[in-house]
Amino acid sequence: MVMEIYSYSFLILLLPALSFVILALAGMKMSHKTAGLIGTTSLGLVTVLSYLTAFAYFGADRMADGTYATVVPYNFTWLPLGNLHFDMGILLDPISVMMLIVISTVSLMVHIYSFGYMHGEKGFQRYYAFLSLFTMSMLGLVVATNIFQMYTFWELVGVSSYLLIGFYYPLKPAIAASKKAFIVTRFADMFFLIGILMFGYYTDSFSFSFAGNIVMGEGTTPFIASNAAKAVAAAGFILPTALVLMFIGGAGKSAMFPLHIWLPDAMEGPTPVSALIHAATMVVAGVFQIARMFPLWVEYAQPQMSIVVWVGVFTAFYAAAVACAQSDIKRVLAFSTISQIAFMMVALGVSLPGHHGVLDNHAQLGFMAGMFHLFTHAMFKACLFLGAGCIIHAVHSNEMAMMGGLRKYMPITNITFLISCFAIAGIPFFSGFSSKDEIITACFAYSPVVGWIMTGIAAMTAFYMFRLYYGIFWGTENVEAHEHHTPHEAPATMTIPLIVLCVITMGVGIYSTIAGFAGWGGSFGQFVNAEGTNYTIHFDTQIAATSTIIAILSICLATYIYKGESQPIADRLYKTFPKLHRAAYKRFYQDEIWQYVTHRIIFRCISKPVAWFDRHVVDGTFNFMAWGANEAGESLRPWQSGDVRQYAVWFLTGTVALTLILLAI
Amino acid sequence: MVPVECYFALSALLFFIGVYGFVTRRNLIAMLICVELVLNAVDINFAAINRLLYPNGMEGMFMTLFVIGVAAAESAVAIAIIINVYRNFHSDSVDSIKNMKW
Amino acid sequence: MLFVLFGVAGIYFLLDYTFLGAAQISVYAGGVTMIYVFAIQLVSKRTLQGLEERVKSSKMIGGGLAALAGLVVVGLILLKTGFFTLAPANVEVPMKEIGMALVGAGKYQYVLAFEFISLFLLACIIGGLVVARKEKKEE
Repeated sequence: MVMEIYSYSFLILLLPALSFVILALAGMKMSHKTAGLIGTTSLGLVTVLSYLTAFAYFGADRMADGTYATVVPYNFTWLPLGNLHFDMGILLDPISVMMLIVISTVSLMVHIYSFGYMHGEKGFQRYYAFLSLFTMSMLGLVVATNIFQMYTFWELVGVSSYLLIGFYYPLKPAIAASKKAFIVTRFADMFFLIGILMFGYYTDSFSFSFAGNIVMGEGTTPFIASNAAKAVAAAGFILPTALVLMFIGGAGKSAMFPLHIWLPDAMEGPTPVSALIHAATMVVAGVFQIARMFPLWVEYAQPQMSIVVWVGVFTAFYAAAVACAQSDIKRVLAFSTISQIAFMMVALGVSLPGHHGVLDNHAQLGFMAGMFHLFTHAMFKACLFLGAGCIIHAVHSNEMAMMGGLRKYMPITNITFLISCFAIAGIPFFSGFSSKDEIITACFAYSPVVGWIMTGIAAMTAFYMFRLYYGIFWGTENVEAHEHHTPHEAPATMTIPLIVLCVITMGVGIYSTIAGFAGWGGSFGQFVNAEGTNYTIHFDTQIAATSTIIAILSICLATYIYKGESQPIADRLYKTFPKLHRAAYKRFYQDEIWQYVTHRIIFRCISKPVAWFDRHVVDGTFNFMAWGANEAGESLRPWQSGDVRQYAVWFLTGTVALTLILLAI
Repeated sequence: MVPVECYFALSALLFFIGVYGFVTRRNLIAMLICVELVLNAVDINFAAINRLLYPNGMEGMFMTLFVIGVAAAESAVAIAIIINVYRNFHSDSVDSIKNMKW
Repeated sequence: MLFVLFGVAGIYFLLDYTFLGAAQISVYAGGVTMIYVFAIQLVSKRTLQGLEERVKSSKMIGGGLAALAGLVVVGLILLKTGFFTLAPANVEVPMKEIGMALVGAGKYQYVLAFEFISLFLLACIIGGLVVARKEKKEE
């Protein structure tokens, strides 16, 4: 009975793949509307299926020890290689089902939104085809049954991201950005691959067989149990090193410092793409990967978790600092994304049972909080990006200088943007509060230092988000620009997704806030949890109050500085610290550093000699052989002189020689 | 009787004179004449061997007969070719037919 | 060339191959030499008088060397192989036997070769005619 419900789960992957193929092959022959409808319909179906799966999964009975069973409806061997084999299949467990909901919802909203945003663009069909490809890849990534399938879809996601960032391919910045994104993530994926190979080689398996109680469907290839003990026996450092290498791959995809450089430039792509890929789904792939491998981290690589924590902390701080000084609204949102993902990473990192024996970690609160933040962040960040898209659509520019005072013209966008800003700031009754608060609680349980740093970063988050909000909707109106083209509210196809996402944000926020304080059931922690058991969130009142007060203080500060028609304090600060502002604006010169490293050091010292070797030695050998053959041929050429007498002479000579040889023998 | 070695010596001498002439001469017809010399040398050889080794058989003689016939035929064809060459290249020198040169 | 042919015929007569000698004279010395004469008339401008041969010395020496080498080899072979004296078979081969052998179909008889060579001669003559005819001018 259970299996029949999940037997349609392969459609979740198949439908977007089909729509990609149809749109890719026949898209140019269709009208824009048809292409958009095909893409959106298939995604609508996928969303319905994902919700059905979620209901079926979470509505099913729990196992004896209180966890949800991990269900594997499909698993087949794709590539047998001796002992190891690469499988492809679908694995349903709490985090993957949650991700299914997130991805399909946000993707559906983006599909609907793109009807309005991309209206009239050349390449509309191509856009929808790539969106389908991306959705399929991301869905495949989260339901992977083994790390190698995850890697395959990981790369596919990277390719889709490349295609979508470079969508406006006639523009040079877009091409450069797409190349940068792909190369940086690919570079990180190299480490990921090494980690996978080490892992697979030493534990004899690629499968996620450690993911709890597993119920296999009929006809599936059974998982080979990953023999972690064997790896440990081989050498103590193997498993932690493999896991850290995989984390580096995830850090590239999730834009952790110093591999974050691609994400701000990825904003060259269309805004719905930024909403889908670079806010809600792809960039959380790294977080998801650690969550998936979490049992191994907890058991074998606890000391290495501190790497995760500190990378996350530093990234969050760096991104928040840079976001305070950006003038392009999409860049602000991009750095905000980097910062929030760092929050998620930190949450996962601090989630160790009984770490240092300091405080009990409330059954790995950090894991739950990280996943919850992933969910809520996807919703409100997508809402923010889509709202930014509406604004850009209205004002035809990304810069804050062209905006200001837009609340008169765009009421719906104003309200939804404001709600999402409250959510990201962590105000109670908005969804961001519950998740962020839980993260900070977990951080305090891990170490007070980390806890206070994260609180400070949360304050910075509130500050720059409201700076952005006031800069767009309040402040001085840019009258000259608005004379030519009065900004108008976006069409319904664009505002409805905003409203839907806001409703989700508010709904989750209100429910979880009340549930957390009143101890109700049915909250997030009951479904997704590191141990899989039923966990009811209780808010630690002290920490909740502290973070709320700090957030409100930051908002007030931002209001004070930025709300008015002119900003004297901001200008004074700018004059006092020009170099600091400039450095923050230039993202602390990270791009320049990377350019220097690659161009001066790697290209000059490594690439050039290798290229010289390849061109002169390797090619030279073959050129020489060809030249030699040519010369030999040329030297034989005069033998064919057309002169019969010469032929006769040679004939005679040959005969004489043969005779002599025969005589000798 | 003439010692039998003489025949063979004569035959060999004639053969190589023919070969030398073929290699050295430029005129096409002169080259053909030298080919005839070679063929005749071979004929002498056949006849002498026949007389020497096979007193009762006549194979050598018939061989010689047929060689004469074949030589005649081949001369006819060669002359026809040379006439064609002369018509096309207007020269009877072997240097003119070097078309097959690279 | 004519004298050589006559000489060869003479050798045949010396070896008591009268038929062969007669055939040599009639076919070779008569027919083939005639062909050559006609050919020479048709082909060369400065016919047989003063055919200057400015031969490249390298070719001459090369050719000469090769011929010499061949001669030496053959001579060596001859010397190595000793020959016993000529058997007293000075008997002339009777014509009747030759005729019978030519058209007989027995084991050692030459009818096949005979027929073949007649066909061959025909083919060669026709071929020669084809090769040497004047090309038709298309009007």
